[in-house]
Amino acid sequence: MLQEYLPILIFLAIAAGIGMLLLALGFLIGRGQKDAEKLSPYECGFEAFDDSRMKFDVRYYLVAILFIIFDLEIAFLFPWAVSLDTVGKFGLISMGLFLAILVVGFIYEWKKGALEWD
Amino acid sequence: MADFFAGLVPGFVWDIWNSLPPLVQYLTVTVWKILFLTIGVILIVAFSTYFERKVIGSMQARVGPNRVGPLGLLQPFADVIKLLIKEVIVPSQSSKFLFVVAPLLSLTPALATWAVIPLNNWYVIADINAGLLYVLALTSVGVYGVILAGWATNSKYALLGAMRSAAQIVAYEIAMGFALVGVLMASGSLNLGAIVEAQSGGFSQWFLLPLLPLFVVYWISGVAETNRAPFDVAEGESEIVAGFHVEYSGVAFAVFFLAEYANMVLISTLTAIFFLGGWASPFEGWTFLNDISWLAWLTVGGLPWLFAKMCLFMYTFFWLRATFPRYRYDQIMRLGWKVFIPVTIVWIAVEGAMAWFHIGPWSGLSA
Repeated sequence: MLQEYLPILIFLAIAAGIGMLLLALGFLIGRGQKDAEKLSPYECGFEAFDDSRMKFDVRYYLVAILFIIFDLEIAFLFPWAVSLDTVGKFGLISMGLFLAILVVGFIYEWKKGALEWD
Repeated sequence: MADFFAGLVPGFVWDIWNSLPPLVQYLTVTVWKILFLTIGVILIVAFSTYFERKVIGSMQARVGPNRVGPLGLLQPFADVIKLLIKEVIVPSQSSKFLFVVAPLLSLTPALATWAVIPLNNWYVIADINAGLLYVLALTSVGVYGVILAGWATNSKYALLGAMRSAAQIVAYEIAMGFALVGVLMASGSLNLGAIVEAQSGGFSQWFLLPLLPLFVVYWISGVAETNRAPFDVAEGESEIVAGFHVEYSGVAFAVFFLAEYANMVLISTLTAIFFLGGWASPFEGWTFLNDISWLAWLTVGGLPWLFAKMCLFMYTFFWLRATFPRYRYDQIMRLGWKVFIPVTIVWIAVEGAMAWFHIGPWSGLSA
Protein backbone atom coordinates (compact mmCIF):
# COMPACT_ATOMS: atom_id res chain seq x y z
CA MET A 1 0.00 0.00 0.00
CA LEU A 2 2.53 2.58 1.15
CA GLN A 3 5.03 1.16 -1.32
CA GLU A 4 2.97 2.64 -4.15
CA TYR A 5 3.89 6.07 -2.81
CA LEU A 6 7.64 5.46 -2.83
CA PRO A 7 8.07 6.56 -6.48
CA ILE A 8 6.37 9.83 -5.57
CA LEU A 9 8.92 10.47 -2.86
CA ILE A 10 11.73 9.72 -5.31
CA PHE A 11 10.12 11.98 -7.91
CA LEU A 12 9.82 14.84 -5.39
CA ALA A 13 13.50 14.44 -4.54
CA ILE A 14 14.53 14.37 -8.20
CA ALA A 15 12.36 17.40 -9.06
CA ALA A 16 13.81 19.39 -6.16
CA GLY A 17 17.27 18.16 -7.15
CA ILE A 18 16.86 19.46 -10.70
CA GLY A 19 15.85 22.86 -9.33
CA MET A 20 18.77 22.98 -6.92
CA LEU A 21 21.20 21.86 -9.62
CA LEU A 22 20.02 24.65 -11.93
CA LEU A 23 20.28 27.27 -9.19
CA ALA A 24 23.72 26.04 -8.15
CA LEU A 25 24.91 26.18 -11.77
CA GLY A 26 23.57 29.69 -12.04
CA PHE A 27 25.42 30.88 -8.95
CA LEU A 28 28.61 29.17 -10.15
CA ILE A 29 28.61 30.18 -13.81
CA GLY A 30 26.77 33.49 -13.69
CA ARG A 31 29.28 36.28 -13.55
CA GLY A 32 29.13 39.99 -12.78
CA GLN A 33 30.12 42.53 -10.16
CA LYS A 34 27.72 43.38 -7.41
CA ASP A 35 27.33 46.90 -6.06
CA ALA A 36 24.92 48.57 -3.67
CA GLU A 37 22.86 50.18 -6.40
CA LYS A 38 22.44 46.96 -8.33
CA LEU A 39 21.32 45.10 -5.24
CA SER A 40 18.78 47.69 -4.10
CA PRO A 41 15.12 46.85 -4.70
CA TYR A 42 13.75 48.01 -8.04
CA GLU A 43 11.54 51.06 -7.74
CA CYS A 44 11.63 52.92 -11.06
CA GLY A 45 14.87 54.71 -10.25
CA PHE A 46 13.83 55.97 -6.81
CA GLU A 47 15.50 55.10 -3.57
CA ALA A 48 13.06 52.82 -1.77
CA PHE A 49 10.90 55.12 0.40
CA ASP A 50 10.05 52.61 3.08
CA ASP A 51 9.85 48.91 3.74
CA SER A 52 7.65 47.24 1.15
CA ARG A 53 6.11 44.84 3.65
CA MET A 54 3.29 47.23 4.29
CA LYS A 55 -0.39 46.88 5.06
CA PHE A 56 -2.35 45.30 2.26
CA ASP A 57 -5.96 45.29 1.22
CA VAL A 58 -8.22 43.29 3.53
CA ARG A 59 -9.98 41.78 0.52
CA TYR A 60 -7.02 39.49 -0.17
CA TYR A 61 -7.52 38.17 3.34
CA LEU A 62 -11.23 37.71 2.72
CA VAL A 63 -10.52 35.76 -0.47
CA ALA A 64 -8.24 33.46 1.49
CA ILE A 65 -10.92 32.81 4.13
CA LEU A 66 -13.60 32.13 1.52
CA PHE A 67 -11.16 29.84 -0.24
CA ILE A 68 -10.74 27.71 2.89
CA ILE A 69 -14.53 27.31 3.26
CA PHE A 70 -15.08 26.32 -0.35
CA ASP A 71 -12.03 24.12 -0.61
CA LEU A 72 -13.17 22.23 2.47
CA GLU A 73 -16.53 21.78 0.81
CA ILE A 74 -14.83 20.30 -2.24
CA ALA A 75 -12.90 17.96 0.03
CA PHE A 76 -16.28 16.74 1.34
CA LEU A 77 -17.64 16.35 -2.18
CA PHE A 78 -14.80 14.19 -3.49
CA PRO A 79 -15.43 10.96 -1.57
CA TRP A 80 -19.15 11.36 -2.19
CA ALA A 81 -18.67 11.82 -5.95
CA VAL A 82 -16.42 8.76 -6.20
CA SER A 83 -18.93 6.54 -4.42
CA LEU A 84 -22.00 7.95 -6.17
CA ASP A 85 -23.01 4.49 -7.37
CA THR A 86 -23.02 2.97 -3.88
CA VAL A 87 -24.43 5.77 -1.70
CA GLY A 88 -27.58 5.75 -3.83
CA LYS A 89 -30.52 8.09 -3.64
CA PHE A 90 -30.11 8.67 0.11
CA GLY A 91 -26.56 9.90 -0.50
CA LEU A 92 -27.72 12.11 -3.34
CA ILE A 93 -30.41 13.75 -1.21
CA SER A 94 -28.01 14.26 1.73
CA MET A 95 -25.46 15.93 -0.50
CA GLY A 96 -28.24 18.00 -2.07
CA LEU A 97 -29.13 19.33 1.39
CA PHE A 98 -25.48 19.99 2.23
CA LEU A 99 -24.99 21.89 -1.03
CA ALA A 100 -28.24 23.82 -0.49
CA ILE A 101 -27.00 25.07 2.90
CA LEU A 102 -23.74 26.11 1.31
CA VAL A 103 -25.50 27.85 -1.53
CA VAL A 104 -27.48 29.87 1.03
CA GLY A 105 -24.15 30.92 2.56
CA PHE A 106 -22.80 31.73 -0.87
CA ILE A 107 -25.81 33.94 -1.67
CA TYR A 108 -25.36 35.71 1.68
CA GLU A 109 -21.71 36.42 0.89
CA TRP A 110 -22.67 37.69 -2.54
CA LYS A 111 -25.40 40.00 -1.17
CA LYS A 112 -23.09 41.25 1.60
CA GLY A 113 -20.62 42.29 -1.10
CA ALA A 114 -17.79 40.01 0.01
CA LEU A 115 -17.23 39.07 -3.61
CA GLU A 116 -17.09 42.66 -4.90
CA TRP A 117 -13.72 43.98 -5.93
CA ASP A 118 -14.15 47.69 -6.61
CA MET B 1 9.04 -3.84 -20.89
CA ALA B 2 11.58 -6.45 -19.74
CA ASP B 3 11.15 -8.28 -23.06
CA PHE B 4 11.96 -5.09 -24.92
CA PHE B 5 15.29 -4.69 -23.13
CA ALA B 6 16.15 -8.40 -23.30
CA GLY B 7 16.86 -8.14 -27.00
CA LEU B 8 18.87 -4.93 -26.71
CA VAL B 9 21.55 -5.70 -24.13
CA PRO B 10 24.10 -8.55 -24.22
CA GLY B 11 23.45 -11.60 -22.09
CA PHE B 12 26.04 -10.97 -19.35
CA VAL B 13 24.54 -7.57 -18.55
CA TRP B 14 21.23 -9.34 -18.16
CA ASP B 15 22.79 -11.87 -15.78
CA ILE B 16 24.23 -9.12 -13.59
CA TRP B 17 20.85 -7.37 -13.60
CA ASN B 18 19.05 -10.53 -12.51
CA SER B 19 21.50 -11.11 -9.67
CA LEU B 20 20.65 -7.74 -8.11
CA PRO B 21 18.17 -7.69 -5.20
CA PRO B 22 14.60 -6.87 -6.27
CA LEU B 23 14.58 -3.59 -4.32
CA VAL B 24 17.61 -2.30 -6.24
CA GLN B 25 16.01 -3.36 -9.53
CA TYR B 26 12.78 -1.63 -8.59
CA LEU B 27 14.55 1.59 -7.58
CA THR B 28 16.68 1.63 -10.73
CA VAL B 29 13.68 1.17 -13.01
CA THR B 30 11.70 3.83 -11.14
CA VAL B 31 14.50 6.38 -11.22
CA TRP B 32 14.97 5.85 -14.97
CA LYS B 33 11.25 6.13 -15.60
CA ILE B 34 11.19 9.39 -13.65
CA LEU B 35 14.23 10.75 -15.48
CA PHE B 36 12.79 9.90 -18.91
CA LEU B 37 9.52 11.59 -18.04
CA THR B 38 11.19 14.67 -16.53
CA ILE B 39 13.53 15.11 -19.49
CA GLY B 40 10.55 14.73 -21.80
CA VAL B 41 8.63 17.41 -19.93
CA ILE B 42 11.61 19.77 -19.91
CA LEU B 43 12.11 19.27 -23.66
CA ILE B 44 8.41 19.96 -24.29
CA VAL B 45 8.77 23.11 -22.18
CA ALA B 46 11.84 24.19 -24.15
CA PHE B 47 10.17 23.75 -27.50
CA SER B 48 6.86 25.23 -26.40
CA THR B 49 8.69 28.53 -25.74
CA TYR B 50 9.93 28.31 -29.33
CA PHE B 51 6.49 27.46 -30.71
CA GLU B 52 4.86 30.18 -28.65
CA ARG B 53 7.08 32.77 -30.30
CA LYS B 54 6.52 31.22 -33.74
CA VAL B 55 2.74 30.99 -33.34
CA ILE B 56 2.33 34.49 -31.98
CA GLY B 57 4.76 35.73 -34.61
CA SER B 58 2.75 34.34 -37.47
CA MET B 59 -0.47 35.64 -35.92
CA GLN B 60 1.07 39.11 -35.97
CA ALA B 61 2.47 38.65 -39.50
CA ARG B 62 6.06 38.32 -38.24
CA VAL B 63 8.53 35.47 -38.74
CA GLY B 64 9.44 34.73 -35.15
CA PRO B 65 12.86 33.33 -34.13
CA ASN B 66 14.71 32.06 -37.23
CA ARG B 67 18.42 32.68 -36.62
CA VAL B 68 19.69 29.95 -34.28
CA GLY B 69 19.80 26.63 -36.10
CA PRO B 70 17.49 25.57 -38.93
CA LEU B 71 14.21 27.52 -38.71
CA GLY B 72 15.41 28.80 -35.35
CA LEU B 73 14.85 25.40 -33.76
CA LEU B 74 17.91 25.72 -31.51
CA GLN B 75 16.61 28.98 -30.03
CA PRO B 76 15.47 27.40 -26.71
CA PHE B 77 18.97 26.01 -26.09
CA ALA B 78 20.54 29.36 -26.84
CA ASP B 79 18.14 30.92 -24.35
CA VAL B 80 19.07 28.38 -21.68
CA ILE B 81 22.79 29.02 -22.15
CA LYS B 82 22.23 32.76 -22.04
CA LEU B 83 20.22 32.51 -18.81
CA LEU B 84 22.86 30.22 -17.27
CA ILE B 85 25.71 32.67 -17.75
CA LYS B 86 23.73 35.67 -16.50
CA GLU B 87 24.36 36.98 -13.02
CA VAL B 88 21.93 35.87 -10.31
CA ILE B 89 21.10 38.87 -8.15
CA VAL B 90 19.89 38.50 -4.58
CA PRO B 91 18.61 41.94 -3.54
CA SER B 92 20.19 43.44 -0.43
CA GLN B 93 16.93 43.90 1.49
CA SER B 94 15.48 40.51 0.64
CA SER B 95 15.17 37.47 2.89
CA LYS B 96 18.01 35.63 1.24
CA PHE B 97 17.09 32.06 2.12
CA LEU B 98 13.42 32.38 1.13
CA PHE B 99 14.43 34.24 -2.02
CA VAL B 100 16.36 31.19 -3.21
CA VAL B 101 13.85 28.62 -1.94
CA ALA B 102 10.83 30.24 -3.66
CA PRO B 103 11.71 29.15 -7.23
CA LEU B 104 12.32 25.62 -5.96
CA LEU B 105 8.87 25.61 -4.36
CA SER B 106 7.42 26.59 -7.72
CA LEU B 107 9.31 24.05 -9.81
CA THR B 108 9.16 20.97 -7.59
CA PRO B 109 5.36 20.55 -7.58
CA ALA B 110 5.12 21.46 -11.27
CA LEU B 111 7.39 18.51 -12.10
CA ALA B 112 6.45 16.06 -9.35
CA THR B 113 2.74 16.13 -10.22
CA TRP B 114 3.67 14.12 -13.31
CA ALA B 115 4.19 11.09 -11.06
CA VAL B 116 0.52 10.11 -11.29
CA ILE B 117 -0.14 11.10 -14.93
CA PRO B 118 -0.73 8.00 -17.09
CA LEU B 119 1.06 8.44 -20.44
CA ASN B 120 -0.43 5.21 -21.81
CA ASN B 121 -1.83 2.06 -20.30
CA TRP B 122 1.42 1.08 -18.53
CA TYR B 123 3.71 4.12 -18.27
CA VAL B 124 2.70 5.70 -15.00
CA ILE B 125 5.25 6.23 -12.25
CA ALA B 126 2.96 5.89 -9.25
CA ASP B 127 -0.35 4.20 -9.99
CA ILE B 128 -2.02 5.28 -6.76
CA ASN B 129 -5.73 5.27 -5.96
CA ALA B 130 -5.73 8.85 -4.71
CA GLY B 131 -4.13 10.17 -7.90
CA LEU B 132 -6.46 13.11 -8.34
CA LEU B 133 -6.09 14.19 -4.70
CA TYR B 134 -2.32 14.12 -5.17
CA VAL B 135 -2.62 16.31 -8.27
CA LEU B 136 -4.80 18.81 -6.40
CA ALA B 137 -2.51 18.81 -3.36
CA LEU B 138 0.64 19.44 -5.36
CA THR B 139 -0.79 22.06 -7.70
CA SER B 140 -1.92 23.93 -4.57
CA VAL B 141 1.64 24.00 -3.26
CA GLY B 142 2.68 26.04 -6.30
CA VAL B 143 1.03 29.13 -4.83
CA TYR B 144 3.54 29.12 -1.96
CA GLY B 145 6.35 29.63 -4.42
CA VAL B 146 4.63 32.69 -5.83
CA ILE B 147 3.76 34.29 -2.49
CA LEU B 148 7.16 33.51 -0.96
CA ALA B 149 8.92 35.02 -3.96
CA GLY B 150 6.91 38.22 -3.60
CA TRP B 151 7.47 38.40 0.14
CA ALA B 152 11.13 37.49 0.17
CA THR B 153 12.05 39.97 -2.56
CA ASN B 154 10.91 42.89 -0.40
CA SER B 155 10.04 45.06 -3.37
CA LYS B 156 6.66 46.73 -3.74
CA TYR B 157 6.05 45.48 -7.25
CA ALA B 158 6.89 41.93 -6.30
CA LEU B 159 4.64 42.00 -3.24
CA LEU B 160 1.71 43.44 -5.19
CA GLY B 161 2.17 40.90 -7.96
CA ALA B 162 2.37 38.04 -5.48
CA MET B 163 -0.81 39.14 -3.69
CA ARG B 164 -2.72 39.45 -6.94
CA SER B 165 -1.41 36.18 -8.23
CA ALA B 166 -2.11 34.24 -5.03
CA ALA B 167 -5.68 35.55 -4.70
CA GLN B 168 -6.33 34.70 -8.35
CA ILE B 169 -4.86 31.20 -8.15
CA VAL B 170 -6.81 30.48 -4.99
CA ALA B 171 -10.10 31.78 -6.43
CA TYR B 172 -9.86 29.70 -9.59
CA GLU B 173 -8.78 26.61 -7.71
CA ILE B 174 -12.29 26.39 -6.26
CA ALA B 175 -13.92 26.44 -9.68
CA MET B 176 -11.40 23.80 -10.79
CA GLY B 177 -12.17 21.62 -7.78
CA PHE B 178 -15.92 21.80 -8.42
CA ALA B 179 -15.39 20.92 -12.09
CA LEU B 180 -13.39 17.88 -10.99
CA VAL B 181 -16.22 16.76 -8.70
CA GLY B 182 -18.31 16.45 -11.87
CA VAL B 183 -15.58 14.36 -13.51
CA LEU B 184 -15.44 12.12 -10.44
CA MET B 185 -19.20 11.61 -10.47
CA ALA B 186 -18.92 10.43 -14.06
CA SER B 187 -15.83 8.25 -13.64
CA GLY B 188 -16.28 6.90 -10.11
CA SER B 189 -12.55 6.82 -9.40
CA LEU B 190 -9.76 9.10 -8.22
CA ASN B 191 -7.16 7.13 -10.18
CA LEU B 192 -6.24 9.01 -13.36
CA GLY B 193 -5.76 5.77 -15.28
CA ALA B 194 -9.26 4.66 -14.28
CA ILE B 195 -10.66 8.04 -15.35
CA VAL B 196 -9.17 7.46 -18.80
CA GLU B 197 -10.53 3.88 -18.87
CA ALA B 198 -13.99 5.21 -18.00
CA GLN B 199 -13.88 7.21 -21.24
CA SER B 200 -12.82 4.32 -23.48
CA GLY B 201 -14.95 3.51 -26.49
CA GLY B 202 -14.15 6.38 -28.79
CA PHE B 203 -15.00 10.01 -29.18
CA SER B 204 -18.65 9.68 -28.13
CA GLN B 205 -17.72 8.27 -24.70
CA TRP B 206 -15.47 11.16 -23.72
CA PHE B 207 -16.63 13.39 -20.88
CA LEU B 208 -16.30 16.35 -23.24
CA LEU B 209 -19.95 16.36 -24.32
CA PRO B 210 -21.85 15.36 -21.15
CA LEU B 211 -19.64 17.67 -19.05
CA LEU B 212 -19.23 20.47 -21.58
CA PRO B 213 -19.81 23.35 -19.11
CA LEU B 214 -17.34 21.81 -16.65
CA PHE B 215 -14.80 21.39 -19.45
CA VAL B 216 -15.06 25.08 -20.34
CA VAL B 217 -14.81 26.10 -16.67
CA TYR B 218 -11.87 23.76 -16.06
CA TRP B 219 -9.92 24.93 -19.07
CA ILE B 220 -10.42 28.66 -18.46
CA SER B 221 -9.62 28.18 -14.76
CA GLY B 222 -6.49 26.35 -15.85
CA VAL B 223 -5.42 29.35 -17.91
CA ALA B 224 -6.09 31.60 -14.90
CA GLU B 225 -4.25 29.24 -12.52
CA THR B 226 -1.08 29.40 -14.59
CA ASN B 227 -1.30 33.21 -14.69
CA ARG B 228 -1.32 33.23 -18.46
CA ALA B 229 -2.82 35.84 -20.77
CA PRO B 230 -5.56 37.12 -20.68
CA PHE B 231 -5.40 36.56 -16.89
CA ASP B 232 -1.80 37.66 -16.43
CA VAL B 233 -2.39 40.73 -14.24
CA ALA B 234 0.09 39.20 -11.80
CA GLU B 235 2.86 40.21 -14.17
CA GLY B 236 1.10 42.99 -16.06
CA GLU B 237 4.10 44.78 -17.54
CA SER B 238 2.29 48.10 -17.85
CA GLU B 239 1.30 48.19 -14.18
CA ILE B 240 3.65 46.26 -11.96
CA VAL B 241 6.61 45.54 -14.24
CA ALA B 242 6.80 41.75 -13.91
CA GLY B 243 5.00 40.97 -10.69
CA PHE B 244 6.44 38.53 -8.22
CA HIS B 245 9.60 37.69 -10.18
CA VAL B 246 10.68 41.27 -10.89
CA GLU B 247 13.97 40.91 -8.98
CA TYR B 248 14.81 37.41 -10.23
CA SER B 249 17.52 37.24 -12.83
CA GLY B 250 19.49 34.58 -14.65
CA VAL B 251 18.83 31.03 -13.61
CA ALA B 252 16.53 31.95 -10.72
CA PHE B 253 14.22 33.52 -13.28
CA ALA B 254 14.67 30.54 -15.58
CA VAL B 255 13.44 28.21 -12.83
CA PHE B 256 10.24 30.27 -12.45
CA PHE B 257 9.88 30.27 -16.21
CA LEU B 258 10.34 26.51 -16.36
CA ALA B 259 7.76 26.07 -13.60
CA GLU B 260 5.22 28.26 -15.40
CA TYR B 261 5.56 26.37 -18.66
CA ALA B 262 5.66 22.98 -16.94
CA ASN B 263 2.38 23.97 -15.28
CA MET B 264 0.93 24.89 -18.68
CA VAL B 265 1.89 21.51 -20.11
CA LEU B 266 0.48 19.88 -16.99
CA ILE B 267 -2.87 21.68 -17.21
CA SER B 268 -3.09 20.82 -20.92
CA THR B 269 -2.42 17.15 -20.19
CA LEU B 270 -4.85 17.06 -17.27
CA THR B 271 -7.61 18.63 -19.36
CA ALA B 272 -6.97 15.99 -22.02
CA ILE B 273 -7.14 13.24 -19.39
CA PHE B 274 -10.28 14.49 -17.66
CA PHE B 275 -12.34 15.46 -20.70
CA LEU B 276 -10.74 14.18 -23.91
CA GLY B 277 -10.04 10.59 -22.93
CA GLY B 278 -6.30 10.95 -22.19
CA TRP B 279 -4.28 8.46 -24.21
CA ALA B 280 -7.39 6.81 -25.68
CA SER B 281 -7.92 7.03 -29.42
CA PRO B 282 -10.94 9.05 -30.60
CA PHE B 283 -11.66 6.33 -33.18
CA GLU B 284 -11.68 3.44 -30.71
CA GLY B 285 -14.35 0.93 -31.70
CA TRP B 286 -14.55 2.06 -35.33
CA THR B 287 -13.99 -1.52 -36.49
CA PHE B 288 -14.18 -0.71 -40.19
CA LEU B 289 -10.91 1.24 -39.81
CA ASN B 290 -9.16 -2.01 -38.89
CA ASP B 291 -9.95 -3.42 -42.32
CA ILE B 292 -8.08 -0.62 -44.06
CA SER B 293 -4.48 -1.55 -43.34
CA TRP B 294 -2.95 1.93 -43.54
CA LEU B 295 -5.58 3.43 -41.20
CA ALA B 296 -5.65 0.68 -38.57
CA TRP B 297 -3.20 2.52 -36.30
CA LEU B 298 -5.83 5.22 -35.76
CA THR B 299 -7.87 2.99 -33.46
CA VAL B 300 -4.95 2.15 -31.16
CA GLY B 301 -4.61 4.35 -28.09
CA GLY B 302 -1.25 5.45 -26.70
CA LEU B 303 1.14 8.26 -25.93
CA PRO B 304 0.88 9.89 -29.41
CA TRP B 305 -2.79 10.61 -28.84
CA LEU B 306 -2.16 12.15 -25.43
CA PHE B 307 0.66 14.20 -26.96
CA ALA B 308 -1.59 15.41 -29.78
CA LYS B 309 -4.32 16.46 -27.34
CA MET B 310 -1.74 18.19 -25.14
CA CYS B 311 -0.42 20.08 -28.18
CA LEU B 312 -3.95 21.19 -29.04
CA PHE B 313 -4.35 22.82 -25.63
CA MET B 314 -0.85 24.29 -25.66
CA TYR B 315 -1.69 25.90 -28.99
CA THR B 316 -4.86 27.29 -27.42
CA PHE B 317 -2.72 28.88 -24.67
CA PHE B 318 -0.68 30.73 -27.32
CA TRP B 319 -3.75 31.56 -29.35
CA LEU B 320 -5.46 33.13 -26.32
CA ARG B 321 -2.36 35.18 -25.60
CA ALA B 322 -2.22 36.53 -29.14
CA THR B 323 -5.95 37.25 -29.30
CA PHE B 324 -7.26 38.71 -26.05
CA PRO B 325 -6.39 41.92 -24.24
CA ARG B 326 -5.61 41.61 -20.54
CA TYR B 327 -8.55 41.30 -18.16
CA ARG B 328 -9.00 43.86 -15.39
CA TYR B 329 -8.46 42.44 -11.91
CA ASP B 330 -12.02 42.98 -10.68
CA GLN B 331 -13.27 41.29 -13.85
CA ILE B 332 -11.05 38.29 -13.14
CA MET B 333 -12.39 37.97 -9.61
CA ARG B 334 -15.96 38.39 -10.81
CA LEU B 335 -15.54 35.68 -13.43
CA GLY B 336 -14.08 33.27 -10.89
CA TRP B 337 -16.48 33.80 -7.99
CA LYS B 338 -19.70 34.93 -9.63
CA VAL B 339 -19.75 33.01 -12.88
CA PHE B 340 -17.68 29.84 -12.62
CA ILE B 341 -18.63 28.72 -9.10
CA PRO B 342 -22.40 29.04 -9.69
CA VAL B 343 -22.08 27.31 -13.09
CA THR B 344 -20.22 24.36 -11.60
CA ILE B 345 -22.59 24.01 -8.64
CA VAL B 346 -25.57 24.02 -11.00
CA TRP B 347 -23.96 21.43 -13.25
CA ILE B 348 -23.19 19.15 -10.29
CA ALA B 349 -26.89 19.35 -9.37
CA VAL B 350 -27.84 18.59 -12.99
CA GLU B 351 -25.49 15.62 -12.98
CA GLY B 352 -27.05 14.39 -9.74
CA ALA B 353 -30.52 14.64 -11.28
CA MET B 354 -29.34 12.80 -14.39
CA ALA B 355 -27.86 10.03 -12.28
CA TRP B 356 -31.18 9.78 -10.40
CA PHE B 357 -33.10 9.24 -13.63
CA HIS B 358 -30.41 7.03 -15.21
CA ILE B 359 -29.65 9.42 -18.07
CA GLY B 360 -26.19 9.84 -19.52
CA PRO B 361 -22.91 7.99 -18.92
CA TRP B 362 -23.55 7.44 -15.20
CA SER B 363 -24.18 3.87 -14.31
CA GLY B 364 -27.11 4.97 -12.18
CA LEU B 365 -27.88 4.71 -8.50
CA SER B 366 -28.51 1.58 -6.52
CA ALA B 367 -31.50 1.66 -4.17
